[in-house]
Amino acid sequence: MTSLKTLLGAASTLALTATIAQADPALMYDLGGKFDKSFNEAAFNGSERWAAETGGSYRDIEISAEAQRVQFARRLAEAGANPVVVLGFANEPTLQEVAPEFPDTSFVLIDAVVDLPNVRSVVFAEEQGSYLVGMLAAMATETDTISFVGGMEIPLITAFACGYAQGAKAVNPDINVIVNYTGSTPSAWNDPVRGSEIAQSQFSQGSDIVFAAAGGTGLGVLQAAEDAGLLSIGVDSNQNHLHPASVLTSMLKLVDQAVFDAFSDGPGLETGVVRMDLASGGVGYALDEHNADLITDEMQAAVEDAKAAIIAGELSVHDYRTDSTCPAF
Amino acid sequence: MSAPKKLPHWADVTLVPLASVALAFVISGILIWAIGENPWNAVKLMVEGAFGSSYGWGYTLYYATNFIFTGLAVAVAFQARLFNIGGEGQAAMAGLGVALVCLYIPWPHWSLALLGASLGAAFFGAAWAFIPAWLQARRGSHIVITTIMFNFIAASVLGYFLVNVLRPQGTMDPASARFPADIRLPRLHEMLEPFGIPFSTSTPANIALFLALAMCFAVWFMLWRTRLGYQIRTFGESQTAAEYAGISPVKITVYTMLISGGLAGLMAVNSVMGEQQRLVLNAVEGAGFIGIAVALMGRNHPFGVFLAAILFGFLYQGGAELALWTNIPRELIVVIQALVILFTGALDNMVRMPLTRLFAMWGTR
Repeated sequence: MTSLKTLLGAASTLALTATIAQADPALMYDLGGKFDKSFNEAAFNGSERWAAETGGSYRDIEISAEAQRVQFARRLAEAGANPVVVLGFANEPTLQEVAPEFPDTSFVLIDAVVDLPNVRSVVFAEEQGSYLVGMLAAMATETDTISFVGGMEIPLITAFACGYAQGAKAVNPDINVIVNYTGSTPSAWNDPVRGSEIAQSQFSQGSDIVFAAAGGTGLGVLQAAEDAGLLSIGVDSNQNHLHPASVLTSMLKLVDQAVFDAFSDGPGLETGVVRMDLASGGVGYALDEHNADLITDEMQAAVEDAKAAIIAGELSVHDYRTDSTCPAF
Repeated sequence: MSAPKKLPHWADVTLVPLASVALAFVISGILIWAIGENPWNAVKLMVEGAFGSSYGWGYTLYYATNFIFTGLAVAVAFQARLFNIGGEGQAAMAGLGVALVCLYIPWPHWSLALLGASLGAAFFGAAWAFIPAWLQARRGSHIVITTIMFNFIAASVLGYFLVNVLRPQGTMDPASARFPADIRLPRLHEMLEPFGIPFSTSTPANIALFLALAMCFAVWFMLWRTRLGYQIRTFGESQTAAEYAGISPVKITVYTMLISGGLAGLMAVNSVMGEQQRLVLNAVEGAGFIGIAVALMGRNHPFGVFLAAILFGFLYQGGAELALWTNIPRELIVVIQALVILFTGALDNMVRMPLTRLFAMWGTR
């Protein structure tokens, strides 16, 4: 019986190594899919950039069920992929289970922390980037009312909202910040129509700038703002070009850079926690030719001052995730 | 000219579904060929990935277990001509029941925990089906509308509980804490080990599979061997006749939906307690809707549901292997699954009519 098992195991390993060249990196997307115009797609862009620059090849996989998280991570590692990059905080338990089984494989987890010797955990200081765009919104608003559209009401997204509100209130303590979430199921990340409806209802409550942190849903929010002749703020990637002169700025969260770095470092990459914040350039706000007319020199100076203060540690932005409270709500 | 004869029963239950599945696969093959992949290799990869190793079997059976529960739920309701498309929400609420039972009661042994979790799951699932059932029976609100609306309400309730009540302080994921390790359900490989049968250790198939098989039998027994089953079927065949025979439509509607909701709920024992060992937001992942297809294909009979569940387990696991090792996009795998549903469910007559004619010709000769 045992010999049969060994034989079967050997056969399957052979079959798998035929499909993946040894030590190609691999990328596993989170639920929501590869082309979500946001988090997952940023990772895809990072890996494509790596492939274009190095000529290397990689394998990527989309999951469609919870049970596939562990399944796919294990299968990729078994097949010799190295490093294996997995996206999303929901994969924290995945790596806690799979990473110890493959001590010679390097894993990279994005958006959560797993403390294992072969895991690099990349976390972003979303609250810092959101703080800066919140300041910009508060300086640009004419109605003293700004708004936020989140995907689902989960700590990660509330951290965006909380940073945004803190930044806005730092500029104008009396500002009104409307916060809404799209839904309670994963489809909330990909519902532009609903995003547009929520944005319009916020506009009717007096908001003239809306910040969307809702994946594909945000595209509807940005569109609604342009249609209404108002301003919006993009998220994750630089979305300024989507609606020039209507997107005030974008809160950058450089997931693509994290994936690019992981692929470039290759097998045996340095593990531990990598914090992508303002100081390391992992988060920030986008300024380019598409929004140059919207951001005055005065606004930019104020935001740059705050940015320098945050990097220097003189100004601390509260992270909602540490204690589930927000001083600005 | 003679009137078209009816298809023999054996052909109706075997040939029609098999021909439908075959047709669906042929069209899927053409699609795969059209995007520039080799359809033969794709089928081989799917079959090998799902049935070629104990690893493949483990995942196929895990998915099939989910689909047996939700398929039975739809089938039971359909015997009373009630269309329960709320399996998704009932299973989601049942997940909450399982989590509460597993997290807040200190169970001495996994077997007792399994019993408790099953009761909790069935109770929460049934309770979630009760309101639409009552509205249908008493107020005439159409059960298709109410059950699907309750799916959304369930998702929101679950989201609230996970974010505000069950989520451990400081974690990001809207998920409950992990259940205690000593009430972990035995996986298939642990159960087969005493018999000397090697089985992949990394698959989630667990003892809930046998609970599902037991439920197949129980549902068959209930429907065809008890008074309640007789009443349910009579009510389904003709509501007026059932009423004339003294069967209360309110009672039967509510009872049927309670059983249906309970069965859908039991799915959570497999996915929440057996696989995840914690409650996540998306624990049902569409199995409630797949259950409709499974019941349709299984002709609303428990044995048919079992076979159809295996087929859909194969499509899920084989599709996963396809996504892993080929460049066939995930969306095409959903298309293949949809084609199977389309042919077995909606286009049933397209296969049945020619077959009937064929049999009629064959019979007159």
